[in-house]
Amino acid sequence: MIPEIGGGALVVALALAVLGAVAAATGARTGRPALVESAQHAALAVYALLTGCLALLVYAFLRFDFSVRYVAMNTNLGTPFYYRITAVWGALEGSIVLWAWMLATYTLIVVVRHRRNARELYPWVLSVMLGVLAFFLLVMTVPAPVFQRLTPVPADGRGLNPLLEDSGMITHPVALYLGFTGFTVPFAFAMAALVTGRVNDFWITATRRWTITAWYFLSLGLLIGGWWSYHVLGWGGYWAWDPVENAAFMPWLTGTAFLHSVMIQERRRMLRLWNLALVILTFALTLFGTFLTRSGIIASVHAFTQGSIGVFFLVFLSVVVLIALGLLAWRWDVLGAQGELDSVVSRESAFLLNNVLLVAATFTVFFGTIFPLVSEAVRGVKVSVGMPFFNQVNVPLFLGLIFLMGVGPLIAWRRASLDNLKRNFLWPAVIGAVAAGVVWALGVRSALAVLSLALAAFVAATITVDVVRGTRARRRLGEALPGALGRLLLRHNRRYGGFVVHLGILVIALGVTGSQAWSVQTETTLQRGEHTELAGYRVRFDGLAASEESNHFKVTATFTVDGGHANGTVLLPAKKFYPQEQSPIAYVDYRLGLFEDLYVVLGDFARDGSQATVKLQVNRLVSWIWIGGLVLTLGAALAVAPERRRLV
Amino acid sequence: MKPKFLVGGLVIAAALAYMIYAGVSQSVVYFVTPSELGAAPVAGKAYRLGGMVLPGSLKWEPRTLDLTFTLSDGKSTIPVRHRGAPPDLFGEGRGAVVEGAWNAAGYFKASHIMAKHSEEYTAPHDTSAAGYKDLLRTLEGAPR
Repeated sequence: MIPEIGGGALVVALALAVLGAVAAATGARTGRPALVESAQHAALAVYALLTGCLALLVYAFLRFDFSVRYVAMNTNLGTPFYYRITAVWGALEGSIVLWAWMLATYTLIVVVRHRRNARELYPWVLSVMLGVLAFFLLVMTVPAPVFQRLTPVPADGRGLNPLLEDSGMITHPVALYLGFTGFTVPFAFAMAALVTGRVNDFWITATRRWTITAWYFLSLGLLIGGWWSYHVLGWGGYWAWDPVENAAFMPWLTGTAFLHSVMIQERRRMLRLWNLALVILTFALTLFGTFLTRSGIIASVHAFTQGSIGVFFLVFLSVVVLIALGLLAWRWDVLGAQGELDSVVSRESAFLLNNVLLVAATFTVFFGTIFPLVSEAVRGVKVSVGMPFFNQVNVPLFLGLIFLMGVGPLIAWRRASLDNLKRNFLWPAVIGAVAAGVVWALGVRSALAVLSLALAAFVAATITVDVVRGTRARRRLGEALPGALGRLLLRHNRRYGGFVVHLGILVIALGVTGSQAWSVQTETTLQRGEHTELAGYRVRFDGLAASEESNHFKVTATFTVDGGHANGTVLLPAKKFYPQEQSPIAYVDYRLGLFEDLYVVLGDFARDGSQATVKLQVNRLVSWIWIGGLVLTLGAALAVAPERRRLV
Repeated sequence: MKPKFLVGGLVIAAALAYMIYAGVSQSVVYFVTPSELGAAPVAGKAYRLGGMVLPGSLKWEPRTLDLTFTLSDGKSTIPVRHRGAPPDLFGEGRGAVVEGAWNAAGYFKASHIMAKHSEEYTAPHDTSAAGYKDLLRTLEGAPR
């Protein structure tokens, strides 16, 4: 029964979403609140139906209902309880269900939060949200039917992709999709602003916290993806410029640009057109990312099985972009800037340059990702550009962005005087230069590493200068030190939340720099009892053991480590053999540390257990990437808290 | 003020265009089949060579980490050498993509092996399970 109930519910939800979108738009145009109210009811019903479908799917997975094709393809009787739930979004069809459910949840929150405070825009926002939702429901009914019946019902299912049996499977897609879908809200507000012609700052202030939330979840999704890649895929890296990683990274870049450029509009009434364009671009890139992932046009480790779904996404993407461009053209005459750039040396231009660099980075990532397609279409030659291209082109851009991260928040608006520059940047510049000298004296010879460490010191110093100055001002008013600092951060939570996010990014940048510059690795074959050495670690191979798990066989190697922070540790890398897979899956073992991780991957081994080939890596500062993620979380939480400045 | 920003924008655009151009020309990798590479091999150029690992051609020396095999596309074959253990999805009769360069001594020096994962449905089959049982038995008693 489950396939029929679920499929039916989705069709009803699709009809309601379409009706709701039309009703909201008609209600807004003709000024009939009753229609808008019926659209609200539709949104509520769509949410309820999607929640029911998601619950039904979870139920089907828990009960091993192999009459649902999707369940049979992505689980088997051996799949542990825990992974049967995450298997719900383990493949294409289910991931769309999760996506749509989140979108419906966001739509409901929009109804609750903005029904009264965004009166003029609200019906159009609702219409756009329901329209986007209708598209995803269409995908769920036509090209990717999640509730398709499988006949005859098999005795056992195929099983989940073993790489997905990991705790990252709960958090990574959820965070990423919360980010992707989150950008629909600012996009819907932007569309509503264009349709109604109310292109002033209201849509931006109304969506400020939405944007930060979406941006944060997207950041978190990317970071967890990096962690997953690092500890599951077994190549010792966290980022490979894989097309699908790029697909998620591009909206992050434009979303970051948007977060910054809205501040210029709020403060100086500039960049109206630019902000609308950025949010449209960000939303379009989330769709493009899905198109890239789901269509199979570009080979990638993440690629799902192909189908007609790519066409659906491409058509929808084109429709969205055309409508958005049409609206921009229609409202062209009211989009002119009111403010003007006064000087190159000003906060406006620092933010503008930040935007230019972020968009440039987006373009290079886009270019590198689709380059194989373009080259094949234009020249008929199959080529690709790999990690070297992305690193080479993006590193200077990112270093520039880090520099601006120090300059932007402190430099004066309009026109910075020499005095202002001296007051804000003299000490940070000195500290940056000293840091470069110290790092050089410590024996670092990579110019890139020296530069990025110096820039990080510079930015950290600018943040310190600002916080110290703010705290001192409060102390002069007679506040005690800890209270003064705490109140400074809370009363100006948006500004200091931004600073904390910047600190998080700095810590991540240090982790990336360190792991790129100082990681070492070796690969060797050891007899039982033999050892090898790498960077002060002595690793001895003690033998192999085999075991039978619920849904796979596992061959585990035992390595004992002497030296470094891992002294005495026993590492147990393994290979897992899943009956439904063509080949084994590596299971990495590691000892994480603040400054370096010891990372062991089992390669080939002799069947009598006497010998094993092992890949050893000492990865430096990688932990800082994850720590930076925590700092970023704190900053985002601070920034998204309700503003309390008026209470001061 | 305006011209200043215009000039600045042009400078940034030009720098970006140059960086992309330089990046592409330095890191472009050509996808070739064994026939295409065999017809006109250029030493030192970066290639990504795709084909099937010819059954009987795979040799793996764990002690020296030397991995040699032949990639075939049915018409032509190319000998490949690599240093490192064969990756998980790699095996005779399976598709593989290797990245590296042509060596003038007459072989392809692979720096990186990307085994191809077939998306096709494979039913859990008992023969392989028996193989694993065998593996379990041979490893029993091995000291942990």
